[in-house]
Amino acid sequence: MMAVTTYRRQVVSSTLKYAVCVVVFIVIAVPLYIAIFGGMKSMGELQTAPLSVPLPLVTTMYTDLLLSHVGSFWRDLGNSLVIGAVTLFLDLALCSVAAFALARIKFRLSGLIYNYFLLGLLFPLAVAILPLYLTLRTLGLVNSYWGVILPQVAFQVPWNIVLLRGFFQSIPRDLEDAVAIDGYGPLGFFFYAVLPLSTPILATAAIIALVASWNNFFLPLLVFNDAAKFTLPMGVMDFMGQHITGWNIILAFLTLAMIPAVALFIFAQKYIVAGLTSGAVKG
Amino acid sequence: MTKQISAGFRKKRRATFFLLLLLIGPVFVVFTVFVILPVFQAAAYSLYRWNGLGPPTDFRGLQNFVVLVKDTIFQKALTHNILIVVFSLVVELPIALSLAIIVGRGRLKLAVFFRTFFFLPFVLSEVITGVLWQFIYQPQYGLINSLVKTFSPASHVIAPLGDPSTVFWAILIVIIWKYFGLHMTIYIAGLQGIPSELEEAARIDGASSAQVLRFIVLPLLATTIQITVFFSIIGSFQIFDLIWAMGQGDPVNGAETMVTYLYKFGFQRFNLGYGSSVAVVIFVICLTFSIVYQRLLLRERQG
Repeated sequence: MMAVTTYRRQVVSSTLKYAVCVVVFIVIAVPLYIAIFGGMKSMGELQTAPLSVPLPLVTTMYTDLLLSHVGSFWRDLGNSLVIGAVTLFLDLALCSVAAFALARIKFRLSGLIYNYFLLGLLFPLAVAILPLYLTLRTLGLVNSYWGVILPQVAFQVPWNIVLLRGFFQSIPRDLEDAVAIDGYGPLGFFFYAVLPLSTPILATAAIIALVASWNNFFLPLLVFNDAAKFTLPMGVMDFMGQHITGWNIILAFLTLAMIPAVALFIFAQKYIVAGLTSGAVKG
Repeated sequence: MTKQISAGFRKKRRATFFLLLLLIGPVFVVFTVFVILPVFQAAAYSLYRWNGLGPPTDFRGLQNFVVLVKDTIFQKALTHNILIVVFSLVVELPIALSLAIIVGRGRLKLAVFFRTFFFLPFVLSEVITGVLWQFIYQPQYGLINSLVKTFSPASHVIAPLGDPSTVFWAILIVIIWKYFGLHMTIYIAGLQGIPSELEEAARIDGASSAQVLRFIVLPLLATTIQITVFFSIIGSFQIFDLIWAMGQGDPVNGAETMVTYLYKFGFQRFNLGYGSSVAVVIFVICLTFSIVYQRLLLRERQG
């Protein structure tokens, strides 16, 4: 008897849970669905049947965009890729060696320098943006890739240092001694032992830097005034401004612009989640 | 003999110094130039009336701040930021936590699928999200109007983003849509850190699901919750991209926030002194909040 009521209660509870999940699923899925299929509809269909699957599928808008007859999808994508790749590379190269020094080399200012980098966690981009623009202007970096890349690298530094230093500190002392016996100094230890062991944490840091760069809008908005340099988010805004009445082709452009980030998420989900939650859970 | 040792020692110290310079120097310079210095520069510029050309000379003391605090548009912007904080805390985070409990533990089939899918909006950039929702809210073609027409054909066309009294609330929904998945994911990671033995032991002692939740899960999740609260508040004060992509804070400043205000008045009109005073206010709010929040938590933990 009791077993039956418990069982019944469990069924009710899990049905309820499914119901909640399905509702949330719909709230997320419908806008995405509309974007994907809206890009295959005529404007009339878009108005009269927003939720239908369009028949026949009009793929000309997607092909026009992909063949660059309309808009500049590939150029925007290329700009985002270049800026993202260089940001990611510089971030890893600069932060990994600095985090290594702060984690494994004993010197008097180590703690102070670490705290100095931590300070950056409290300095949001928005607060720095006006003087930053003047600095970029002085350095001649307005409207150049570097004008976006360097500040992006800099604002990622505190997160990377925290993440990497913590990991480097956890590498056992014995390993360092063993490498030292083979005649290697700190740099040998770094390149032959620490780096190979750190690929998961480096991947996490890399993905976080890449996603931040990929989605960045504020900085490119200030730095770029030439459409040839626009990244994807800038390109989306620009495209919308130029085709304001053609919502179907805007939706097609949006869908294409979504694909890289979603694909990256599917392939690198493990690292993305690890990166976003590492700081928060450890506390 | 001692001289030799100390010479060797000095040589080694110098080598270490150069090594450190090589390893830490570059990142130190980049970080200082692009992150630390600008904040101090903003503090200095905020005391001038300055268009950014030539050196700032027109010293105005605190006048920029006086004008700023009295400006009704800025007051509106600040109010919007505070409302975003409030709704993040009382709507978004509870939704995130409930969903985390539903899909993050227990034996629900498809849990992994839901978990992944709910995170998806966070992966999309703010601009893509904003433009997509502009379409959803669009008066002629948008989904919201189609729904309204289906259920009450006689009603007027609504334009949530075109009306200064509704634009903020329409964007607030998008903010929750986009960010709840991040917090849910963080909570799930926290939940997975709770040893299952604790829960089992409580069950054996006859605790109900609600009791397990109340007395075991939530207390052990406290630190994680505190951190999401912290980041959610700091993030709410800095929101820009999504607002900009959904109408630039307009119409009639209906969705203005402090950072859109800073961009419009500081950058677009090139009032760098005035814009910097906005930056200083944002910075002081975030800094004060961080310090007070950490003090409170420390006291709570000790008390």
